[in-house]
Amino acid sequence: MQLERALRAQTPAFIAYLMAGDPDVETTEMLIDAVARCGAAAVELGVPYGDPLADGPTIAAAGQRALSKGVTLRDVLALTDRVREKIPIVLFTYFNPVYRYGVGAFAADAAKAGAAGAIVPDLTLEEVEPLRERLQERNLAMPLLVAPTTLAYRAAEIARKATGFVYVVSRLGVTGAGKAPNVKALRAQIATLRSATHLPIAVGFGVSHRSHVKALAPYADAFIVGSALIDAYTGTRGSEALERVERFVQSLR
Amino acid sequence: MKPDARGYFGDFGGRFVPEVLAYALDELERAMVLAFDDPSFWSEYRALLSSYVGRPSPIYRAERFETDVPTFVKREDLNHTGSHKIDNTLGQALLARRMGKQRLIAETGAGQHGVATATVGAKFGFPVDVYMGARDVERQAPNVALMRLLGATVHPVTSGTQTLKDATNEAFRAWAAGVEETFYVIGSVVGAHPYPYMVREFQRVIGDEARVQCIEAYGRLPSDVVACVGGGSNAIGIFTAFLDDADVKLWGVEAAGEGLASGKTAASLGAGSVGVLHGSRSYVLQTDDGQVVETHSVSAGLDYPGVGPEHAYLKESGRATYVNVSDEEALSAFQEFARAEGIVPALESAHALAFARRLARERSSRDLILVNLSGRGDKDLAHVASLLSSRM
Repeated sequence: MQLERALRAQTPAFIAYLMAGDPDVETTEMLIDAVARCGAAAVELGVPYGDPLADGPTIAAAGQRALSKGVTLRDVLALTDRVREKIPIVLFTYFNPVYRYGVGAFAADAAKAGAAGAIVPDLTLEEVEPLRERLQERNLAMPLLVAPTTLAYRAAEIARKATGFVYVVSRLGVTGAGKAPNVKALRAQIATLRSATHLPIAVGFGVSHRSHVKALAPYADAFIVGSALIDAYTGTRGSEALERVERFVQSLR
Repeated sequence: MKPDARGYFGDFGGRFVPEVLAYALDELERAMVLAFDDPSFWSEYRALLSSYVGRPSPIYRAERFETDVPTFVKREDLNHTGSHKIDNTLGQALLARRMGKQRLIAETGAGQHGVATATVGAKFGFPVDVYMGARDVERQAPNVALMRLLGATVHPVTSGTQTLKDATNEAFRAWAAGVEETFYVIGSVVGAHPYPYMVREFQRVIGDEARVQCIEAYGRLPSDVVACVGGGSNAIGIFTAFLDDADVKLWGVEAAGEGLASGKTAASLGAGSVGVLHGSRSYVLQTDDGQVVETHSVSAGLDYPGVGPEHAYLKESGRATYVNVSDEEALSAFQEFARAEGIVPALESAHALAFARRLARERSSRDLILVNLSGRGDKDLAHVASLLSSRM
């Protein structure tokens, strides 16, 4: 699959999270271009949602800014279609907007827009199957999340069901720039996953600094940075936002 | 009925949460099943309902409020802390203690559930963190002071609409961050499985008592049972005992606010559509794009964009009927009931009383209406006084 190939092209690969429509759709389009030029392997493109249970203040506020501009799932799909040639796009969306859109219609339209896959953080093994099947029919990846509280047998099952990559949540709690990851615990979790899957393993939540990337590099295939990236450009627009994002991405390597 | 193994009542319920909470919900479900099968758990719970809460609460005939049709109220307003909420927080605190958890967290809108959680926190020696929308912290100052007096920490939530919905989001996030030592005390029959079922089991005592009391006092079952519905815990609490009594009609009364079509409403079953909010599938007030909307009701306890999944199931199955009452009607019933009976109902319960009046027009003197008076209205005095004076 497109996504898996892109992640295998670098070690570790960098996945950039951007909130679609923050501060506006035009800027997001430029930022996608910028992170692609700076060597990101894929973009997780956030679909704004008012009740993001897995997100901390930075991404929640970015979502609110996008919502205040009236950005909808439809707009995010249109944006995906415009940038599809530049970099693989993985939609990051809570389930309710997808449910209202229709699970089948979402899979069809995401495929039509050229998305590489979709991550839905509030669908666990117990509820994920209908959407996962529809995405798979369209050849779209559905990375699933593994948390520090996930027991080994469950982690292995998640790894077997995931497609594209396995998303390892680095810590308890929600997204947001944070302290150094607990590498020891992550090593054990990743070792469990390796025995269950050959998919790339990406670590996210709290990854925000070059030192975090260095610490993870021996174990993880990819790292995901969201809140710190958003913090880097928040309050700016246009070329200034672009410069800040480029500078921040370069600081990670 | 019990929900199925995945936590569904028909098409409603389930478990829609981030993976970090999947373990916590499994752990909670296992502990709950063991406790529910353990007679010593229930005997301790029942003993505390009696000595600490003051149960059983009586039923009382509202002779001067009723119009031709005998109307009885279940006096949940007489419970310790002034509403039915304490039944649930007591049960969850006992479970938290069994599980060895070290702290309780809760969301609250008006502050009633926050106060009930702070109360059991004090009683069992748990630290308590309460998440409350910043706007509600301002509007409900007396309850904030009360929670602090009881030793709880109140965290004003400034995200989103700064009300109950956002306080609930923040409580979920706090749970995720401290999942190993924290017990999340949800205040209604909402949330991910097993919460809707567990909270119902702690609230069904309302109907279990009322059913026996009705038969003892009047030799028969009520023709109608009426309760207000926000998240729906007091309604499920009184409905459950009557579910198998096919002749007893069950009425859930939602807050219409300024009207279902006004956009200023909290009637999730009346004006909402099926969606996923706070961990379960049920009716949600939302846009076509699946964004949850801001709600409105004169009563803070009903001001919530979702509703418990079992209510959605009872609506679809037709076993219960869901109606609604406007701010205006609820305010009238609030005053009329106070003057007729010398009992000040909570604004939430005033919605049920207003509907009972409406229902009485279609009933005869041979019928018997039972209303759940879910809480007392002292907390609403300042709010009602300012609403009434602004109209003069």
